[in-house]
Parts: sequence; C-alpha cells; structure tokens
Amino acid sequence: MNGVHDMGGMQDMGPVQRENNEPVFHAPWEGRVFALAQAMFAWRKWNIDATRYEQEIIPPAEYLRMSYYERWLAYVTGLLVKRELVTPAEIESGRPAAGSPKATPPVTAETVPQMLAQGKSVDRNVPVAARFKARQRVRARNINPTGHTRLPRYARGKLGTVERDHGVFVFPDTNAHFLGEKPQHLYSVRFAARELWGDAAAPRDAVYVNLWDDHLEPA
Amino acid sequence: MKTSRRDFIANAGAAAAAMHDLAHAQEPEHEHDHSVVPSDPALRVKSLESLLVEKGLVDPAALDTLIDAYERKIGPRNGAQVVARAWVDPAYKKRLLANGTAAIAEFGFRGWGGDYLVVVENTPQVHNLIVCTLCSCYPWAVLGLPPVWYKSAAYRSRAVIDPRGVLREFGLELPEDVEIHVHDSTAELRYLVLPERPAGSEKLTEEELAALVTRDAMIGVANVALPPGVRA
Repeated sequence: MNGVHDMGGMQDMGPVQRENNEPVFHAPWEGRVFALAQAMFAWRKWNIDATRYEQEIIPPAEYLRMSYYERWLAYVTGLLVKRELVTPAEIESGRPAAGSPKATPPVTAETVPQMLAQGKSVDRNVPVAARFKARQRVRARNINPTGHTRLPRYARGKLGTVERDHGVFVFPDTNAHFLGEKPQHLYSVRFAARELWGDAAAPRDAVYVNLWDDHLEPA
Repeated sequence: MKTSRRDFIANAGAAAAAMHDLAHAQEPEHEHDHSVVPSDPALRVKSLESLLVEKGLVDPAALDTLIDAYERKIGPRNGAQVVARAWVDPAYKKRLLANGTAAIAEFGFRGWGGDYLVVVENTPQVHNLIVCTLCSCYPWAVLGLPPVWYKSAAYRSRAVIDPRGVLREFGLELPEDVEIHVHDSTAELRYLVLPERPAGSEKLTEEELAALVTRDAMIGVANVALPPGVRA
C-alpha cells in the first residue's frame, strides 16, 4: 500500500529530535501495551507481518499524529477483534461477554525468558530455487499493491545489484494477509544513491534493501 | 522531545476517537453512549489489560517480566560487549562479520529482534547507517528497544535520501570520499554497526572499551571517541 508509513525519501518532516537519557518507556502504559502485544503474539493468531499491516491501515493523518505505542495499541486492538479473540463490545466495556470461556495464558512469568530466547523464526528450510545470484544486476519491480509490501516506493523500478542471498524466508506480502508464507529467497540488494535520488546524491553512497524474489526482475 | 510529548498528549483524544470508530466499523448496528469511552491511552490500555487477564488470554506477571527484561536487561550494553570483543579479538571479529547471529549468540544474546543479525563494519572508507523506513525494525537483542528519534518520521524519511544531512545533525561530518552505506531494515534481518576502534585506545581493556561504545555508534549516527583525559 502506498501509505504514509512508507516514508523513505519523504521531505519536510523536520529535524531529528533527540532526547538525552531517554527512558525505555515514557509512561507505564507504554510498557504495558508493549508487553501485552508480545504476550498475545504467543497465541499465534497472527504474525509479525500482520502486526505491521494493521498499523499501515491506520488513516494517514492519525498515523502521523499517534505516538509509537499508540499505534501498538491500535494494532493489538484491531487484531484481537479481527482474529476473534475478543469482540468490539468487550473492548468497549473492558469486561468479558457473559458466559464466555476462560482460557489459559500460553506465556507465564516463568516462560518469558524461554519465549524471548526462542525468537520468531521466519527462515524456512524448504527447497526453493533462487532466481538471482550475488553480483547479478536486478530491477526492483514497479508494483503498487493495495495490501502489505516490504518493497519501499523509493526502490521501485530502480536498478540494483544483488549483494548477498540470505536463503529462504517467509514472504511478508502474502503472510501479512494470512494468505500463506510463500517461502522464497531473500537478498540484500545494493542501490546506488544516484540511481535512487539523482545526480545530487553523493557518487559512491548506496542504500541496501532486503528484497525477496517476487520483488525483483532480471535487468 | 518536549514538543512531541505535548503533541502526544494533545492528540490522545483524537486517537482514542479513531480507535473507537475502528471498533465500531466492525459492528455498525451497535448503539451506545460515546461519552463513556476513555480518551486517555493509559485508561484504554488498563481496560484492555483487565479484559485480557479476565479472559485468561494473558498473565499479568508475564507482562511484568517482559517489561523488566527490556527496562533492565536487554539494552545497548549487550551490543557494546560484542563490539569491544571484536576490537580485541581478530578471530571473533572474523566470525562476527561472517555470521553475526552465531557470533553474537556466543554471548547468549539471541531471540526476539535478533534472530538474524548482520554486522556491518565501519572502516576509513565506509560508514554504515541503519534505518527502518517502513516501520521501526531494530536489533532488540543487542540494543534493546529503539529510542523515539529512530522511530520518528524525520529519521525514517531522511536517512535514505539525505544521510549526510542526518549525520550532520548528530554532529558527524563525514568527508566526501567516505562511502555511506544505508541499510534499510525491510526484512527480519537486524543490523548492528561495528564502529571503528578509536585511535589511542590500544592500552584499554576489553571492558574499558565496551564502556566507550554508545548506542548511537552501533546505529551509525556517531563514531566512538575517547573521552578527554582517557587518552592512553
């Protein structure tokens, strides 16, 4: 989706504002929503790509206005409802519907370290042929899907060079919509800054983007 | 950050209204009194947590443990140890650059936000900078959770098109003949910059070196410097 989340190359967003001695969370609720999101992930009712797409569909003006953890609150709430773990009425009242069953949480304080150490593996040990190889010239496809994609707008249609094949990974563009993992090779592709931004860019600077087979065509 | 905090508070009400509309788009028939919806995200999160706990979907003690892990244990001191080891141990550095995930797991740092770690080395010819233009991907396992600026529209938009301008705002002016490699974290690979070891640090121990390594240097918006007086 050509949404406002796809920010690479946009201008007039102002200077980068830093904060000295920044706390990890600026308010207790930020930590709570962060932890709620992580703990709910363990239900495996969604995946990391779906969490990103759920933020991308926040209306643009809202997206820009919200703080980071407000967007997390929006995505957790949205996915809880869409994946039918809670109903909108329950969100509103803050109480379980009368007679609804009580579940057992998959993660407890004791199993948190194990959950963190296990990570969220998205590489797949399946035999899928690579369509490209290192040092090959490629062009990022000029696609404008209305759903989720990890091919940023600024790279579309641009010429690059495959630097490295990282192996077979889940394809976010389908996985975000629960349309299957479609495992395929993931690459680092180098784009010269001048190819992306024109002659005003420094001649030897480059941007490296991770792209999948479905994002690329031979050049 | 005063401005953004102010904006954040001022806009919390609008955000709450949007959330509310979103919930209702799923259930258009539902009638209710709009005035009962809490506008403060703190209240909404509290209400959501209480609902999820009552439904048996989350264990509140697990939430406490998760928060504690990221507030106290998983942070940039992890990455600093990795960098210092690479500076003093050439064999380790070789392993680190060849397979970041495996070499970093030697410290026990692995898992969420660190399943696939790629270490990129700064040299006199090449300076690396990490960004996530599409969201906020960041190497949690070695740097902890990202600072607000890393997730900001200003940084996400400009790091790819104007890296030299961004670095200048961080006080880092790079010569024209230094190549800047910007890494846009569009997959689950997470990048860590291996900064250059500062000149004059030859006599420092691994532990003393680790103390010099900052989060910003491992993102690529700073170099590592010797503090005045520590000069060996």
